[in-house]
Amino acid sequence: MKIAKHTYDAVIVGAGGAGLRAALQLSESGLKTAVLTKVFPTRSHTVAAQGGVAASLGNSTEDNWHWHMYDTVKGSDWLGDQDAIEFMCRKANEVVVELEHYGMPFDRLDNGKIYQRPFGGHSQNYGQSPVSRSCAAADRTGHAMLHALYQRNVRAKTQFYVEWMALDLIRDADGDVVGVTAMEMETGEVSIFHAKAVIFATGGAGRIYYSSTNAFINTGDGVGMAARAGVPLEDMEFWQFHPTGVAGAGVLITEGVRGEGGILRNAAGERFMERYAPNLKDLASRDVVSRSMVTEINEGRGCGPDKDHVLLDITHLSPETIMKRLPGIREISIQFAGIDPIKAPIPVVPTCHYQMGGIPTNYKGQVVAPKGDNPNTPVTGFYAAGECACASVHGANRLGTNSLLDLLVFGKSAGETVVEDIQSGNLRLKPLPDDAADFSLARMARLENQKDGTNVHEVRLAMQRTMQKHAGVFRFSELLQQGVTAILEVAEQAKTTEIKDKSMVWNTARMEALELDNLIEVAKATMISAEARKESRGAHVRDDAPDTAEFPNGRRDDEWLKHTLWYSEGNRLDYKPVNLQPMSESVDPIALATRTY
Amino acid sequence: MSKRTVQFKIYRYDPDRDEKPYMQDISVDLEPSDKKLLDALVRLKVKDDSTSFRRSCREGVCGSDAMNINGKNGLACLTDVDSLPQPIVLRPLPGLPVIRDLIVDMTQFFKQYNSIKPYLVNDNPPPERERLQSPEEREELNGLYECILCACCSTSCPSFWWNPDKFVGPAGLLAAYRFIADTRDEATNERLDNLEDPYRLFRCHTIMNCVDVCPKSLNPTRAIGKIKDMMVRRAV
Repeated sequence: MKIAKHTYDAVIVGAGGAGLRAALQLSESGLKTAVLTKVFPTRSHTVAAQGGVAASLGNSTEDNWHWHMYDTVKGSDWLGDQDAIEFMCRKANEVVVELEHYGMPFDRLDNGKIYQRPFGGHSQNYGQSPVSRSCAAADRTGHAMLHALYQRNVRAKTQFYVEWMALDLIRDADGDVVGVTAMEMETGEVSIFHAKAVIFATGGAGRIYYSSTNAFINTGDGVGMAARAGVPLEDMEFWQFHPTGVAGAGVLITEGVRGEGGILRNAAGERFMERYAPNLKDLASRDVVSRSMVTEINEGRGCGPDKDHVLLDITHLSPETIMKRLPGIREISIQFAGIDPIKAPIPVVPTCHYQMGGIPTNYKGQVVAPKGDNPNTPVTGFYAAGECACASVHGANRLGTNSLLDLLVFGKSAGETVVEDIQSGNLRLKPLPDDAADFSLARMARLENQKDGTNVHEVRLAMQRTMQKHAGVFRFSELLQQGVTAILEVAEQAKTTEIKDKSMVWNTARMEALELDNLIEVAKATMISAEARKESRGAHVRDDAPDTAEFPNGRRDDEWLKHTLWYSEGNRLDYKPVNLQPMSESVDPIALATRTY
Repeated sequence: MSKRTVQFKIYRYDPDRDEKPYMQDISVDLEPSDKKLLDALVRLKVKDDSTSFRRSCREGVCGSDAMNINGKNGLACLTDVDSLPQPIVLRPLPGLPVIRDLIVDMTQFFKQYNSIKPYLVNDNPPPERERLQSPEEREELNGLYECILCACCSTSCPSFWWNPDKFVGPAGLLAAYRFIADTRDEATNERLDNLEDPYRLFRCHTIMNCVDVCPKSLNPTRAIGKIKDMMVRRAV
């Protein structure tokens, strides 16, 4: 079968915040670059981010990047790599100011500077008191950011392949990455993109769970492709459950609501967070707030006829504040909860939101994997940034507003590294292997010819229910063990999915079947990594690792202060050390401590 | 809970199989949690996996699932399914070429958006920190920057139907005014020059369909009026 081939210096997969930020770096450098994206860029899920992007600008309260770094390391429950965290926090002001120069419509303070609001887990002076660090455009920061980045790419004349779905990574005999295969939605044709460098910026996979704030498109495509190509996935047991998804609908209500003064209440009307986090209260870290909410519900203090949610109350805020700072939230509440938050509290429940783990990278955006004695050997030609990557800055729990920062800093950094590696001659166009497209074509042919197969919708639903039941906010040893068996069974069913629609033109049934292959890789990685980690840390809290005097919060630094690496082949697990050393010698490491808020 | 069934009449066309488009009558049973039209469409897709439409965020911010619903453009994810008279008649956005079923080719729409230079122009070397803008100046951008490029407005505009290649259309003009209104942008004159033409701006005859259908409650007609005012003031 003859197959079209396109050749570029660099190919970026994904056009959300990270992909667009990387694209700017490449387009402006003059390298021949293609951006493949399965949706028009401004439809990427960055668009749904609400509350803000972190930067220690100090526009309304004193701040500096050291404090931000401390908060991020603590938020990560010390699983984050301190070199990458230092890099991100130091770069924050630069990338946010750059974005402002691109035209991003940030809200403003009276003195004309960017408006900043408090956010969960962000503090002044190493945990002392809340700080206003979140740079916001009302409660539409992601939308404003994604559009500003897309607009800047229009100016830079970036070449997009819109509605092209990447299928598989192409590696040669040396294991180097030399391109990707992709399907054009409009024609159904598969092509090869041959390149010196491939950057994955494909976002997260929150759709592995039944209840998720994530868009339909968040199917972990890059993560799945990397896993199938033999690249390990790092720390996939760590998933963030956002405290405030609209009960029943899953739609996100930003933490910025609590940043503006919103309060969580149980059925008795009590501000229960005072009991769990006496200092930061409702603005404690997300894992802490989500667990507190579930504890309230489990102990019978939930709200509603089924006592299955709690209430987010902003009725004490002035309507003017709500209309000015949280207009989008008001729209969402009216649309999806049938409630005007000016008049009544919003029913909320913890909802799967963000993938802390992903494709392992260093702070330069290079994908790294164990080779010989070095657990962090760069995979030549392969880069990743944003939610699909694990740098690792979020460790076991991400702080709100650090995801938009992550995609700016590491999107830019990955772009810069690729430019450097190509211009220095380190990366050249290596020949394509003869079988470059065979694997993708075999997947397509299998799907085309499948008879008496399984149903994509049913398999996906089985996966989502399994993940929800066995790997939720609280985790139980027995449920995790059963979960491993269950998810491997679901994975077997996914091997024989069958679609009825065989059209070549914009075949969404085929697209969903291919996406399911990616979701399944992520689900397996999550369940198997979670079952194996016999401690509680950040978002991963299990019944057999309780809070004790010897091991506060159930965290076992003696055995588990390490990153998980999961390999798809044989579901093999490996581990590598956490980097506790900051990037600069002049910066002191943040010493291990017990996490309280 | 009694069973809810919805009747659809859906525009179907697959160039790979169909000689010409047709309207398909089909019904689907809903679950109690299915509230929006998009929920019903997703349910329908389980029944017939060939039903094709775009969707992503399901909360009205990505702009993917714009379609013509009972004769009016809107987003499926923000439309209460129970509020719609049945059968629910779904067609692709009018005026753009259909690729398949409810999926239209938006090339012309984005071409017009790109034609207004939808990015900030300011050739002064940027300061080390943010450019300053007062809260009042920033407020000028409200009602403009929130556009999600769903194309409900432009594809409901008769002037855009007639001259999609020459008339910028409400979405593009809203974006043009978003940059004109931005105190940080220094290309107002060039932007007005770019629109000074019998078609690009002046084909707007204030029919106001755009205002009527915008799922984000934005007002392109007002923005267009402001550009026209600036044009006139510049001329005298």
